[in-house]
Amino acid sequence: MIAAPNARNLLVPALLAFLLLLPVYTSLSGNTFLLTLFTRILILALAATSLNLILGYGGMVSFGHAAYLGIGGYAIGILASEGVTSGFVQWPIALAVSALAALVIGLLCLRTRGLYFIMITLAFAQMIYYVGAGLARYGGDDGLTIQRRSQFGGWLNLSNKTMFYYLCLALLLATIYLVWRLVNSRFGMVIQGARSNERRMRSIGFPTFRYRLTCFVIAGTLCGLSGALLANHTDFVSPAMMYWTRSGDLIVMVVLGGMASTFGPLIGAVALLVLEEALSGITEYWQIILGPLLLLVVLFARRGIDGLLDVSIFPRLSPAKALEAKVGRG
Amino acid sequence: MIYFIEQCLNGVQLGMMLFLLAAGLTLIFGIMDLVNLAHGSLYMVGAYFAATFVGWTDNFLLGVALALVATLIVGMAVEVVAMRRLYGRDHLDHVLGTFGLILFFNELVRLLWGPAGMTLPLPAWLNVAVPLLPGLFYPLYRLVIIAVTIAVALFLYVLVMRTRLGMLIRAGASNREMVGALGINIKLLYTLVFGLGAALAGLAGLMQAPILTVQIGMGENILIVAFVVIVIGGIGSIRGAFVASLFVGMVDTIGRAFFPDLLRLILTREAAATAAPALSSMLIYLLMTAVLVLRPEGLFPVSNR
Repeated sequence: MIAAPNARNLLVPALLAFLLLLPVYTSLSGNTFLLTLFTRILILALAATSLNLILGYGGMVSFGHAAYLGIGGYAIGILASEGVTSGFVQWPIALAVSALAALVIGLLCLRTRGLYFIMITLAFAQMIYYVGAGLARYGGDDGLTIQRRSQFGGWLNLSNKTMFYYLCLALLLATIYLVWRLVNSRFGMVIQGARSNERRMRSIGFPTFRYRLTCFVIAGTLCGLSGALLANHTDFVSPAMMYWTRSGDLIVMVVLGGMASTFGPLIGAVALLVLEEALSGITEYWQIILGPLLLLVVLFARRGIDGLLDVSIFPRLSPAKALEAKVGRG
Repeated sequence: MIYFIEQCLNGVQLGMMLFLLAAGLTLIFGIMDLVNLAHGSLYMVGAYFAATFVGWTDNFLLGVALALVATLIVGMAVEVVAMRRLYGRDHLDHVLGTFGLILFFNELVRLLWGPAGMTLPLPAWLNVAVPLLPGLFYPLYRLVIIAVTIAVALFLYVLVMRTRLGMLIRAGASNREMVGALGINIKLLYTLVFGLGAALAGLAGLMQAPILTVQIGMGENILIVAFVVIVIGGIGSIRGAFVASLFVGMVDTIGRAFFPDLLRLILTREAAATAAPALSSMLIYLLMTAVLVLRPEGLFPVSNR
């Protein structure tokens, strides 16, 4: 694909350059707050990217994606509190547990469609939230402090803020690349086909359930990775990290940035969290502005920031998608 | 045994509360095809109104009646300003838009009433326990909640199945354009239905207010349980919502009361004490899972959609 000179093709490289150079600025100015904020943004952008895989490309509106954030985080937290601090052990376990949870939840949820799917993923996430709150041995409601970040021998030092930032950035970019490769592969075509018309995909011989489940598990695993990063970032895990509003935040990031776009979730995460930071600087009651703003985005900017950046009209929209958009309006 | 009956009654009472929420949700979904996450906000608003108006008027019934009307008006205003624009859109749009509304309402309540939360004291004549059986005293107020909800359920049944308005509502659910073409003001009808759902949520909130504290976000956790109810009962079915509410209310209450003891039979005391709180709050979700595996459309699927 030849890159047309539109706003998106300017913004994304600019954003990436900014993210790459940010630690240079913060180390020169000594502004560690900005570095901490953006580390958090990168981690949540990773989670949003994983959600975009199922929500944007797969059409599976999961309202419980923060559960994997919690599962990944708790895996790190519980292992650390039991004395296992090696990242080589912690991280694979965190990913494996997230994948397993996504497999079980996916097996049950993907039997349903539409509104049922939204409500059931929400309910499962809430169940896992209560499980976290019920873990009295690991802090229960109050959460669990992680005494020591994951140890990677001499390879990586996660306590070094700059190094941790670059690790998050590298993992985020790797995830974005992975998702991009996935959705443009045969697998991704089946997933997107099943979003547009599942019955047709099935009748031409694709076992769509298996494809969708695989997609769901990949997304859950990637979000678990984000949870592992978040636990190391805050040195703390608590049920709050998988509260349902967090799942809502992730959906907002994906839609705000632009569903089914490569860099949309990153743009959305940056936009939402920077906006939150800016609004909370203006007034203590910043959500009173953010709430209606979301409603306006839904009503008037359905394709998110990524869509607004597309100056030319519907260049990437396939006829099926254009029809879908039209029918959706009617 | 006495304890068991008491817990059963508590379960019925929780079930009734869930029904009021679930009925409004499922009504709005069934008729307007709209997912309303902000339903829990209306529950919260109802409770805050009740606490305020009862404080002002110094009369419990008058305050509650005013709160109900006020919630109805808020609901209709929300419909006119925001919801109306979301009909016919994707469910994801509903989720996002109403998520924004939740943020807005939580913050608005914090702005108007402060972050501290409120209490709604019961009047003396309601704050008594009545003897139901020898040795069993049960709070009169909880019985009143059960009675009011059953009355509301009957009212809803008569309204939807036996009146002209109900006929229009059912017609609007199956074919919006046709009802509009026959000269019915469908916009007004939808506003009314949304207001009705809001009033039901407000009623649930204000009835729960004297039992729990009135606080920000009070509607959110119970809303998710109401979702579980709807999934079990079948989306769009009021009858299903009623049965599933009772079911979920009983399982949750009885589970929390007796599950720890049951666990103690098979586990050590410490292990049971650790596992019980987590497991008993999982029970309703496990119930939902079981229903889904057996009947993915819920217990009372609505056939015409």
